[in-house]
Amino acid sequence: MPSRLQPMTVAAVIGFTAAAVAPLFVPSWTTLVALILAKAIVVLGIIVLLQAGQVSFGHAMFFAVGAYAAAFWGKYLGIGDLALYLLLGSVLATLSGLVVGLFVVRYREIFFGMLNLAFSMVLWSLLEKMFHYTNGADGIRVARPTVVGMTFSPDAFQFVILYVSLTLAVVAFALVQRYLDSPLGHMLRAIKSNETRLEYLGTSARRVLLAGYVLSAFLGGIGGVLVAVIQGIATPEFGFWTKSGEFVFIAILGGVGHALGAFAGAAVFEIVRFFAAAMLANAWQLILGVVLIVIILFAPNGLIGLVTRSSRAKGDN
Amino acid sequence: MNSTLAILAILDGISYAALVFLVSVGLSLIFGVLRVVNVAHGSLYAYGAYLAATLSIAVAPISPLLTYPALLIASVVIGVTCGGFIERFLLRPVYGREEVLQLLITFAVFMIMDNLQRLIWGVQPIFASEPLKLLPNVRVFGVTYTSYQVVLLPLVAIVTLVGLRYFLRYTLSGAVIMAVTEDREAATAIGIDAQRVYLLTFIIGATLAALGGALALPTTSLVPGMGTDMIVLSFAVAATAGLGQIEGTAVTALMIGLARAFVIYIHPEFEVLVPYLLMVLVLLVRPLGLFGTSKARKI
Amino acid sequence: MRLKSTAVAVFAAAAMFAATAHAQDKPSEIKIAITTFLSGPASVFGVPGKAAAEMIAEDLNKKGGIGGVPVKLSFIDEGAGGEALVSNYRRVVQDEKVDATFASISSGSCNQLVPVAEDLKVMNLMWDCGAASILEAKKYRYNFRTQANATPEMLAVLVYLLKTKPNFKTIAVVNQDYAWGRESWEIFSTALKAMKPDVQVVAELFPKFGAPDYSTEVSRLLALRPDVVFTTSWGGDLDTLVRQSGQRGLLQQSTFVLAIGESSIQRLGKELPEGLIVGARGDHWFLHPEKKDDAAFKAFNQAFKTRTGAWPIYPVYHMAQAFSALSGAYDKAIKANGGKWPTREQVIDAAAGLEFATGFGRPVTLRPEDNQGLEAQLVGVTKAAPGYDFNVLDNMMIFDAKTITTPAGTKSVEWLKTLKPDFINMNVPTFKH
Repeated sequence: MPSRLQPMTVAAVIGFTAAAVAPLFVPSWTTLVALILAKAIVVLGIIVLLQAGQVSFGHAMFFAVGAYAAAFWGKYLGIGDLALYLLLGSVLATLSGLVVGLFVVRYREIFFGMLNLAFSMVLWSLLEKMFHYTNGADGIRVARPTVVGMTFSPDAFQFVILYVSLTLAVVAFALVQRYLDSPLGHMLRAIKSNETRLEYLGTSARRVLLAGYVLSAFLGGIGGVLVAVIQGIATPEFGFWTKSGEFVFIAILGGVGHALGAFAGAAVFEIVRFFAAAMLANAWQLILGVVLIVIILFAPNGLIGLVTRSSRAKGDN
Repeated sequence: MNSTLAILAILDGISYAALVFLVSVGLSLIFGVLRVVNVAHGSLYAYGAYLAATLSIAVAPISPLLTYPALLIASVVIGVTCGGFIERFLLRPVYGREEVLQLLITFAVFMIMDNLQRLIWGVQPIFASEPLKLLPNVRVFGVTYTSYQVVLLPLVAIVTLVGLRYFLRYTLSGAVIMAVTEDREAATAIGIDAQRVYLLTFIIGATLAALGGALALPTTSLVPGMGTDMIVLSFAVAATAGLGQIEGTAVTALMIGLARAFVIYIHPEFEVLVPYLLMVLVLLVRPLGLFGTSKARKI
Repeated sequence: MRLKSTAVAVFAAAAMFAATAHAQDKPSEIKIAITTFLSGPASVFGVPGKAAAEMIAEDLNKKGGIGGVPVKLSFIDEGAGGEALVSNYRRVVQDEKVDATFASISSGSCNQLVPVAEDLKVMNLMWDCGAASILEAKKYRYNFRTQANATPEMLAVLVYLLKTKPNFKTIAVVNQDYAWGRESWEIFSTALKAMKPDVQVVAELFPKFGAPDYSTEVSRLLALRPDVVFTTSWGGDLDTLVRQSGQRGLLQQSTFVLAIGESSIQRLGKELPEGLIVGARGDHWFLHPEKKDDAAFKAFNQAFKTRTGAWPIYPVYHMAQAFSALSGAYDKAIKANGGKWPTREQVIDAAAGLEFATGFGRPVTLRPEDNQGLEAQLVGVTKAAPGYDFNVLDNMMIFDAKTITTPAGTKSVEWLKTLKPDFINMNVPTFKH
């Protein structure tokens, strides 16, 4: 087992170092890299659920909860500290994950996906229409927060938020990978292969799934706070079904077998969208759609799968 | 809300429900038979509308009456070509695999179709309302309605409902489709070509979506993004009814259409909330939908 | 810690180097980045805006450019979404080192990009976004609005309505549910309450942006029978509202006020009947009564029609204003610098208080207190005219900018509350088609 993980760990180290260093040479990449890292954290949550074979088509709701936590703090309490935004966002997202999770873990497959979608669309419609609280479709601006009490100039802040996102991303990556290798992670995979047998072992499949669900909600909230601060805005689109679809898209693109897939997928997705929007403004959706189809048809384990295909051939997983 | 406004709301609800039903029933049918959530359904709706517009604009100078068959022809063309292409070349390779992959394929198709739509038909709003203008207006309690919206659309919806029911229950092809839905292996064992059934079903579903779009054309302006809202709405209707339930979808579409209309009269801000709130409430109580039936679990 | 301060030092050094490199030499070209909608519903403004920019830049370069230097344009699609927009904006400013930006059409985009432009110290001309709050909330140095904002636009429409139809009793609003729809109604209704308090608002409808169907809203309005229906909708939404209302007789039953309807007149053709009050977001109309016999104006309009197939609409004229302001600022800065090429900061200084004229309407002034443009407003009534397959504007009033724009240093809503009914007694010239 350890020898098979090594190439992944090496790849992870290389990737994260590149994320830390490249923007120093090309400052305009700072925002892009920070966004990739923040979104990848959310996608880690999707990957956790995918281990159990369940796709949440409403995960944007936890992303939106995190983003609006930061936005509401700024709107009603004045500019706060990034640490507090993260705390509030993650707590609210985790709590909502628990509440929603209690309902949804009773369902499987398409019904799981549908109920998640329904919850997220309810949240979206509230964010969109409760104009006097949420400012409606245009969203709420998020002013630059202080970081651990310090205020930074605009230029410096870009780098600060990048390194904060990077730190959180590395921690989340390590946490999720450990989780997947732990007994709880194995039990999640057991839900996918044969849930009844898991119950025969005396474990509640619902509890296992709920634990995974709450973890993924937590990650979604963290990602939401980061993106809101990076973008400087939180909009109802953060909770729309296309955003949930985007996260699932990235998960499949990167590959769900390993936590690094979230980062690989997010990097490719954002980079293609960024450059396509600049150069081929009329065709970026087309390109991304074709890329996804190609990946699904020819590389179903995603980009990570392409890399580990040779080592998988040597033994079972 | 007095009785006059209530009757007006009912009329608005019925005409809205008719369009939503046409799109949702196709989605429901596709899921019922193929077990695939077709995210591209909204794009098929949009393409049906756009092609109907192109044809209408072309034939209107010759005779406005030709716009009616133009709507029908556009739906069939989109249903057969786009629907057929998607099923045969993009979905068929992934049938044995996880459901999420099939769903994502249709999601990717949605993205591609959305982009192509802008490249083909541009970004300016397009409209062609001859089919609506040729029919007279009707007055109800001093409020004018177009008979297109309160008579024709519900009529088409009812005909579609009855037609589908008849097709599925009383014709051989319908029986074949039901057989494959019930048990694909057994059906294949007795010689039914399940692949052809899937193709046929997908084409029927796609045609219904395109028909919804074509019929919506005379009432609205076509803009980029019209498929995105329709897909999640039709999904809400289909899921609330119970995926695969034809009659149930009609009832649910009516329910959601009426609820929405009443809400606009009483508390307009909650208009978009209604379908999704209903979906959550129904699914929490009856996870298979209002009319869904459960299947025995295979160990 | 060290990594971060090294990064900041490296970045600061690079920025200083870049700044000094620009200071004294005349550059080979002036690079302008323009954000506009190339996708999504607002592309009905964005695509003509882009065509206008390209046409104007070509003309400008034929005459030698700005201060003898040709201009080079690049475009960013606002429709790609907030993340791509901000990232791309930063890229063009920091990597491609554009000299100025024109951003944006949507107030949402402006809300995001205006602070970024200020941070990056690049000259930004808000060429089309209308939210008054942006420049009222904070004083900016690098951001200028080369057009009016929602307050004078709505106020002009209101005064026109009160002057031409002084006795209406009930009004309803149908606006798109987003910042523009909400703010424009807040401005209009606050001023209305101040100037005609006895008017009753019978319905406030805010359908979702991009709603494909207004049938239920139309039914409700047909039942309520307001004297006036007010809307600031645009694009496909306005098209649908007007057509569905027309199909069911609502346009005949109530007087419709299309506050920014000028951009839909050509597209709707005869589906937009006579007798509707239409605003133009500025004094923009391709048959502008004070300019319609001017040769340059006619040539511009004809060239645009030949190029795109339609007569210009207000985003086209707004784009012309942005170019005119940029040229004006550079010319003023060059003169002040004794003929030598100015630094960026000198161009910014020159822009404050600048008065410029495109020749397609009245001149515009950039108010030095808050960089807000003072632009005249044109409002008219639709009427059939021979030679056009759409209804043109008649009985046009052109309102002077200073009278109807919020005084500097005040918030719009506060100022509107202080207006009195005699405000409408202002003397405004009326022009026939």
